[in-house]
Amino acid sequence: MSKIAEGLLYSESHEWVKVDGDVAIIGVSDFAQSEMGDITYVDMPDIDDDVTAGDDFGALESVKTSSELIAPVSGKVVARNDALEDQPEQINEDAYGAWIIKVEMSDKGELESLLNAAAYAKTIE
Amino acid sequence: MDNSLKQTCLHDLHVELGAKMSPFGGFDMPIQYSGIIDEHNAVRHDVGVFDVSHMGEIFISGPDAETYVNHIFTNDIRGMEPGKILYGMMLYPDGGTVDDLLVYKESHPDHYLLVVNAANIDKDYTWMMEQAAGYQVVIDNRSEQWGQIAVQGPQAEKAVCGLLGFPEAAQLSFYTFCDCTREGQRVIVSRTGYTGEDGFEIYATPEQTRAYWKALIAAGVKPCGLGSRDTLRFEAGLPLYGDELTAEISPVMAGLGMFCKLDKPEFIGRDALAEQKANGVPRKLIGIELADKAVPRAGYPVELEDGTEVGVVTTGYHSISLEKSICFALVDSASAALGTPLWIRIRKRTFPGIVVKKRFYQTNYKK
Repeated sequence: MSKIAEGLLYSESHEWVKVDGDVAIIGVSDFAQSEMGDITYVDMPDIDDDVTAGDDFGALESVKTSSELIAPVSGKVVARNDALEDQPEQINEDAYGAWIIKVEMSDKGELESLLNAAAYAKTIE
Repeated sequence: MDNSLKQTCLHDLHVELGAKMSPFGGFDMPIQYSGIIDEHNAVRHDVGVFDVSHMGEIFISGPDAETYVNHIFTNDIRGMEPGKILYGMMLYPDGGTVDDLLVYKESHPDHYLLVVNAANIDKDYTWMMEQAAGYQVVIDNRSEQWGQIAVQGPQAEKAVCGLLGFPEAAQLSFYTFCDCTREGQRVIVSRTGYTGEDGFEIYATPEQTRAYWKALIAAGVKPCGLGSRDTLRFEAGLPLYGDELTAEISPVMAGLGMFCKLDKPEFIGRDALAEQKANGVPRKLIGIELADKAVPRAGYPVELEDGTEVGVVTTGYHSISLEKSICFALVDSASAALGTPLWIRIRKRTFPGIVVKKRFYQTNYKK
């Protein structure tokens, strides 16, 4: 049974968002990491890249498959978790601790279309 | 579950062990248990066991068995000694591949065992029957009566000879087998595998296969799924039918010409292969090593620096044993020479690589 952290917002494509003022901290859910298996590579955008809600901004690679990362919100990348370059397995170990990018949101209204923990839990039942 | 999927004799034991199951070759098969990396490393450094009961066992016998098998098979079985095994292919007349397979020469005169890929059992059997006109042979598909496990890794000999009680297997060299009898039933133990490591494949009744599997698991031998089977065979440079060999990919294109004996009097596909060897092939299977960690996957385009597409990835991984991103790709022959720089398109970007030998990993077979 995968864990779902309270207090985060979720997309149906299994990204989570933690809102910190105008910044969205983005990662993937525990369900996503467990479906992927051992993650071997995280393809991340560069700082100052623009991301668009609904479009892919990178990908996770496991031994067997790759899975696109879909931006839950639009905006500019202001930070990326470079520790994942050498230790992508941090996502397997702690999906909610291992954030991937931080995005300065251009439209906070987009958050309203995301799911809370309870609603996300229903999508993966 | 899809009801049309077949199950091996070990299916319930995989479910019991918590395996992730998925369809492969018409069977509901275990993809992984503890994880692909863990299982892969167990085989490289210790020992693991795979359920390969989905593979097909087709027995050929009769006065014309030798000439018949030599007619449909690319390698040369003439004068093969009992207990020997040869790898090769069955081809269409145009040189495309029907399947790749093993031929076991049994101790009875004029008896052979052909081991074929699960997904191709029905196709191969039909093909064999169609080619048998005029030959006095019996072609007997006994795939459903045989279970098969592969015990692979540096500690495989200890597990098979000691734990499973086949001391005679210690004498086997690579690509030989022995016939054993256990509880009145025939058991075939061969020193073969699909991992690049030393190991054995054991063919037995479903009941005995279950007993061997349970004994190995109880003794701590790592259960391994098709996920690690693929990463292991790939690193060792071994092709998978459907990816590196197909009806459109001949053994010459795949770099497997050494298993096709053009000096044989004849075999199906011989003339096409001779023509390919003489005049060259349009595309060749190569290995590519990437500088970056991005992972090349089957279907990704292979390009020149200017963006011209010259081929396609057939299998790729971030290699577990070599810790770099590598792939097999089918590319235009002009771009196939060792050392050629090539680029692979992975999502929105291209990543530079270089053509290398397909055997990425130094294999450890028992000679």
